[in-house]
Parts: sequence; C-alpha cells; structure tokens
Amino acid sequence: MVADARAETIRLPRHHRPWTSYIVPAIGLTLVGLVVAWLVVNAVKDWTTFVQLTLTGTTRGALYGLVALGYTLVYGILELINFAHGDVFMIGGMIAATFALDVFDLGVNPALGILVLAILASLAVCMFGCGILNASIERVAYRPLRSAPRLVPLITAIGMSFILQDVALIWKGSLPVQLPPQTLPHGDIFTLGTCPKCATYRWDQFFVLMVDIPVLILLVWLVQYTRRGKAMRATAQDKDAAAMMGIDVNRTISFTFLVAGALAGAAGVIFAYFTTSVGFTSGFTLGLIAFTAAVLGGIGNLPGAVLGALLIGLIQDYNEGLSWHAPGTAWTQSIVFGILILILVFRPQGLLGERTPEGG
Amino acid sequence: MGVVEGEARPPWHRESLGELWRRQPDWEKRLIKTGIVLAVVLGLGFSGQLQRSGQFWAIVIVVIAVFNWRSILKLFWWALDAVGVKDAKARWAKQSPLMQRAIPPVAIALPVIFLTWAAGTPPSPALLVLLAVCYVLYVLPSNARKYALPVTVLALAITYPLYLDKLFQVPVFKVFPSMDTMVAIALFSMMAIGLNMVVGYAGLLDLGYVAFYAIGAYTAAWLASPHFSQYGIDFDLGATGVPQGIGGIHISIWLVILIAAALTALGGILIGLPTLRLRGDYLAIVTLGFGEIVAQVARNGDSGGLGFNLTNGPPGINPIDPPGFGSHLNFIIQQGQYVNFVDLIYWSALALLLITIFCSIRLRDSRLGRAWIAIREDETAAAAMGIPLMRTKTWAYAGGAFFGGAAGAWYGTYKQGVFPDDFFFNISIFILCMVILGGMGNVWGVIAGAAFLTYLDREGLANISGWINDNITNCDPTAADPSRPISGGCFNGPLLSFGIYGAIIVLVMLLRPGGLIPERRRLLEVETGVHDQPLYDVQSAGAHEIVDETLPEDV
Repeated sequence: MVADARAETIRLPRHHRPWTSYIVPAIGLTLVGLVVAWLVVNAVKDWTTFVQLTLTGTTRGALYGLVALGYTLVYGILELINFAHGDVFMIGGMIAATFALDVFDLGVNPALGILVLAILASLAVCMFGCGILNASIERVAYRPLRSAPRLVPLITAIGMSFILQDVALIWKGSLPVQLPPQTLPHGDIFTLGTCPKCATYRWDQFFVLMVDIPVLILLVWLVQYTRRGKAMRATAQDKDAAAMMGIDVNRTISFTFLVAGALAGAAGVIFAYFTTSVGFTSGFTLGLIAFTAAVLGGIGNLPGAVLGALLIGLIQDYNEGLSWHAPGTAWTQSIVFGILILILVFRPQGLLGERTPEGG
Repeated sequence: MGVVEGEARPPWHRESLGELWRRQPDWEKRLIKTGIVLAVVLGLGFSGQLQRSGQFWAIVIVVIAVFNWRSILKLFWWALDAVGVKDAKARWAKQSPLMQRAIPPVAIALPVIFLTWAAGTPPSPALLVLLAVCYVLYVLPSNARKYALPVTVLALAITYPLYLDKLFQVPVFKVFPSMDTMVAIALFSMMAIGLNMVVGYAGLLDLGYVAFYAIGAYTAAWLASPHFSQYGIDFDLGATGVPQGIGGIHISIWLVILIAAALTALGGILIGLPTLRLRGDYLAIVTLGFGEIVAQVARNGDSGGLGFNLTNGPPGINPIDPPGFGSHLNFIIQQGQYVNFVDLIYWSALALLLITIFCSIRLRDSRLGRAWIAIREDETAAAAMGIPLMRTKTWAYAGGAFFGGAAGAWYGTYKQGVFPDDFFFNISIFILCMVILGGMGNVWGVIAGAAFLTYLDREGLANISGWINDNITNCDPTAADPSRPISGGCFNGPLLSFGIYGAIIVLVMLLRPGGLIPERRRLLEVETGVHDQPLYDVQSAGAHEIVDETLPEDV
C-alpha cells in the first residue's frame, strides 16, 4: 500500500445542490414560521386563554398519545397501518363505560374510594380485554396474509374496523353511552390570572395524566428493559435475523399487538371517564387523529408518537379556542389532515423519525 | 413406528383435525357432509322453522343429490344396465362433446318441471325463459359463449324497464330491484370502474375516492342550478326545461358531465402531484385525508365558514336542473304513455356506463395501461424499464377521477340536488368494497360487485332482514328500538350495512383474494406475492426463489 501524498491534496469537486432543492424546505419553514407567528400574536393578545388552551391541549394530547403509540408500535414491527386500532380503543371505552354504569353504578360526584376502585378495575379489564382483542384480530385478519402484497392486510384492517364498529352497535346501539356528567371531580387544582378571565387546571384533566404517565413508564420499561421488549425491538429491526437468533417472531408480533391493544384499552378508560360519552364511531375519528400524530412524530418511533400527539392536541385546542384568525371547530378535521399531508410532503420521516423508503 | 401414507412424521407430530379429515376415504366424507347438512335441514323442518311441504322434501332431495351425484350417476348406469340397455356408459362416451353438454341438463330439468307441474304448481313463464337462456349459454361452444354472455346481459339490462313489473318474487330477496336502484347500480358501476383504474390497474390504494364523486356532483350543481344567481351571475347554454328568469348558470347537462369529468380529472392531478411520491399505505392515508377535507369543505363551504357561498353548507345545493332529452323526447315523456322519465335516465346512465367500460378496457390494453400494470407489479422494475413513474401514476389518478366525476355529475342531476352528507368516508370504502368483491383489475367483476353491493345497500339488506324477521325470528316491531340493530327479536340489516361490507372485505381477502371474478394476472400476484415487499414473511423465506419458476410465460 502506497500512502500517496498527492491523494491528500486531491479535492473532490464540491457537490452543489441545485437551488430548486431549497424550494420545498423554504415553503415548509415559512409555513411553520406563520403558525408560530399566529400563536405568538394570540398569546400576546389574550394570554389567559392561551395558557388555558395549552393545559387542555396537553390533556388531549396525552390521550391521543396512548392511541398513537399503538399505531406506532404495530407499524414499527409490521409496517402495517392497523386501521382497526381506533375501534379497539372505542371498544375499550365501551367496556369502561359499562363498568362505570352497570357494575359500580357511579352517579354524579361519586365517593372517591368507589371511583378509584372503579377506575382501577376498568383499567385492568380494558387493558387485558383490548389486548386480547387486538392480538386475536392480528391472528384472524393479518397473519394469514403475511405473504400477500402489503396493501392486502391494510384493506382487511379497514374491514375489521367496520366490523368492530358493528359489534359496538349491536352491543350498545347507535346512541352514545353517557356517563353522569361529573363522574370525575371537577374542582380546580390551580388558577392563573383573575377570574372570570383566568386559566384553570382541573382535577379531571389531571386524572388523564395520572393514568397516562404510569402507563407510559410501564411501556418504556417493557420495551427497553425486558427480554420481551428486546425481542420486539429486534423483530422490528430485522425479522429474519431475529428468527435466526431464536426469537419466536410470530409470538413477538402477537405480543406487540397485545401491548398496543392494552394501550388502547387504557386510553379507552381515560376517554370514557374524561369525555363521559362513548359512541360507536368515537374510535374512528380519534384513531385517524392519533395516526396523524404518529406520522407527525415519525411513525415507528415511540417518543415521536407522544411528541406528535401533544402537538396535535395543542394545535386542535388552539384552533378551536383561540380568537384571532382561528378557523374553528368546523375545520378541525381538515386541519389535522392538512398537517398529515404537509408532513408527508415536506418531512415524510416525521419530526423524530428516520428516512424510510415509504417516505421516499 | 409405522410410516403413515408414505410421509414420515416426526414422533411428536399431532394430527390436526384438517389432516384427519383429509385422510378419510371419499365416500365417508360425502356421507358426513350429507349427514351434517341433512341434520340441519331436518332439524329446521321438525322444529317447525321450515314448512314440511313439497319444497322441504325437494331441498332434502337436492342436498342428497348434490353431495352424492357420482354415486347417483353410478346407480343410474347400473339401472340402465339392469333394464337391458347394454353398454350405455361406453356408448355415451362416444357421443360428441356438444351432445354430452346438451343432454344432461334437459334430462334432469324436464322431469323436475313435469313433476312440479303435476304436483300442482305450474312453472312461471319468466322462470322458464331464464332457464332457457341459461341453458343456451351453457350449451354454446366456449368461443361463442365469450360474446353471448355479455350480449345477453346487455340485452336483459336494456329491456329491464319493459319487463320489470311482470317479474316474479324471489324467496329471500323478494322483489327485483326498482328503477331507482338500477340507476344507482349503473352509476356506482361507473365509479367502481373509475376506482378500479387506480386500485386495480395501477395498484394505488385510494381511500378518498368519494372526493372525486363530490367534485363532480358539485361541479354539476354550480353549472346547472340557480345557485350563483345570488351573486348576480346569469348564463345560459343549451339547457332545456329551465324556468325563465331564474338566474344562475344553466348549461346543458350533457356538456356539464364532460366539464365536470375534466375538472375532476384536474382535481385528481392536483391531489396526486404532492402525494404520489409516497408509496403504498402512506398514499392510502393521504388520499383518505383529502377525501375528508373535500367532504368538510362541502359541509362548511357557505358564507359562514368560507366567507363565500361555494357549496351552500349542510343543506346542499338544491335544485339542480334535470337532464334534458331534446324537445321531441320531452314531449313523449310528458304524454307519459310509452316511456317514463326514469326509464330515459336509466338508459342514458347505461350508455354512460358502456362508454366507461369501453374506455376502461381500451385504456387497460394501451401503452399507458400496460405501464400501470407494470407499476402495480413492481415499481422499481418498471422505473428501470423507463416508465416515468410520476406521470403514469398521475394519469391513473386523472383517469379514475374522470369517471368518478362524470358519475358524480350525473347523479347530482338525477337526484336534482347535492348534499354534503352523501360524501362520507364510508362511501369510499363502499366503492372500494365493490372493486375488491368483484375482483381487482377485472372490469366485469367490478361491475358484478357494484351491482350486487348497490342492490344490497338500496333494497337487499332491508328485504333480507324483513324476511328474517318474518320467518326466523319472532319480531315484534312495536318492541324494537330503532337505534339498535338487534332488539325485540327484530333484525335491522341496513343499520349494520357497513359492518357487513367490512366482513365481506375481510372474507374476500382471506378466502378468495382475487375477488369473485378474479383477473388472472392479478391473481398470480396475490398468490405468489411478486409485487411488493411481503408484509412479514418469516416462514416462506424461500418462496421468492420459487416465484420465478412458477410464473407462467404467457400471462
């Protein structure tokens, strides 16, 4: 080997990016800048509303996060958009509502002991039930199609989603199941500013975080520090190699669906108690929003899903609550899907994700 | 340790129920099958659910015959032999293939018809005609049958309004579809063919097809209604039957269909350009998003939501001009003697459908269509062969959107109004379900799927649940809760419709992934998985090497 001195002096021609390649990022950054400017103007004009919306948006985002994690877990391991996931979540909400109404018979402002007991019991039942449901959906509808083109299981997932909606429809009818309006305590934890123009944080909003954060910690522990979690990560990275290392891939996939379903079940409990109304279509819309959150954060990326969900929750609440040039509730879905499309056009890998061929 | 049937099993192998079944001798399988079905039928009969009349025994006989036809045939030859007709079987084998096809149905059908006649129920003429048509189609040699079937179906479809009110009632499904349903069938077939161009030919899953339908319908509403009179716009071009001085834009519906289709195709291109870089499921989600956005714009597009009354919000735009058929035909319609308005609508929808079919097939066989199929099968290979991906995909979108828009415009004028609630996500899935059920990529299958599902949606589900309520369950309509699909012993099928379509999608994908009438080439793809990265393929890791050998050269 001749260490040629000249080789160090040779400079490769610098690769110039054509100026057109800067157009798309420039447009994207301009859009982000406009949104930030809009938020700043709104915050300056009416800071209490802004803070209030930030608090409610975080609450909403925490709920979306649990559902988004389910999408991202399944996508990470199978590259399949589990369309039925939102409906598994809805079934969880229905189970929780049934527990609250028929088993524990909660009324307006129930005693704290009974309430905690009811929530813990429905969490256990919903997480277990939805996990089993999700895993059996995988067994019935996705596993037989493993060698089919990728769109085929996506299509069956849509079919499963409609079937689950019908199950809820047969079970509960087309009218939403209503919990008593103040099942959770509605007292203030803290107040900012002088009421009537003030921002408050209520106990029922805090309840969402009280369930959410332990579940998230449990998930992180499961994925990062257990053998099962290691198997999940290995399977997501390379199924053949994982199989060669002695990991039972099918079982790991089933387990992933179980975990995703359990997260959806927990989200269902939160949803039922927090919004006090679960209809058979609740899952579909919320599922799509949560999916958008997962894409926004970078699908397949667990912290990304939570970040995306928080952002989507905030954006949704800012849109519905701010006064200066906010499109309003009627346009929420359009805005969420607009974000989805913009993300896929400008940054297909999402905020925290890595570049994938799908995002091309 | 004995070796079972030439195949060595490891000692820990547990025989599954399926293997046990497959190991049984043939006659035993037949016996078991007959036994199970007969047990069900007899059980129903003796528990009083089915009337034990002639029909009931006919079902029993048919069940036995279907499962044991080989044995019955053997019995038949043996009986002939016993009667004295020697070598009947050998002589039958010498007959020409045409005779072999032609004689058995007659030999079976004639005695049945005469027996039922003798039992007191004369066969209805319509049934006889139907049987005769089926028989002729069956007997024709295959090259003639290729044309005979479409021609017969077309003839039956065209003359449908003439014999509709003379038709008999079918047991479970009750009456034949009404003219309204037939128009809907023609239009949904158009839309399904359009979607088939995107999904079936080019392999791009589009979950927002309803957007194209909406754009077409709203274009018709803008160009042929008094809607824009509120902005003082007044324009008239060839529209007939429009009251004087009503204002707004009134263009002849036939022109409007073309304009709407072209505009929708443009919309398809606009939607496609930013999204077609994405692959597979991402594209599906983005199209879904676009579909929802278009639907929401339709719902909010009044002066309150948009600052400009574009779509008139939730009430929709109403009325749209009815289609004109020229002064001469209009005069005949007003007489009301020979043809109805709805018949003319039906025939023109049929004509549009025929044009769509023609274009779709010609497009499929064109250079562009072959490029679509190449992209569907392997995008990377297609690009390597010099197919411009973006342009080809955009054309697929535009083509699919074109027919969706035309159908939407036509439906708008037929209903004489557009309403934003018609453009839900569910409709996209409904149309997708037609394509999947019929057979992706196969125009005829798609039409069959569209016809069946549209009928089910409009009348079938209601009829079937009515039959179930009358005959199987003890339905008490006063006790039934209208918000629940099953309550008070009543079954409300239409409420469950989308779950039923979902179940159809799942079952078709699991059991018959090519659809009811599969396209051969597409079927190969599904079965061997040539087209895409397989979903999660651990066990059949060796399948890819086999694929290349099993692909026939001539597909």
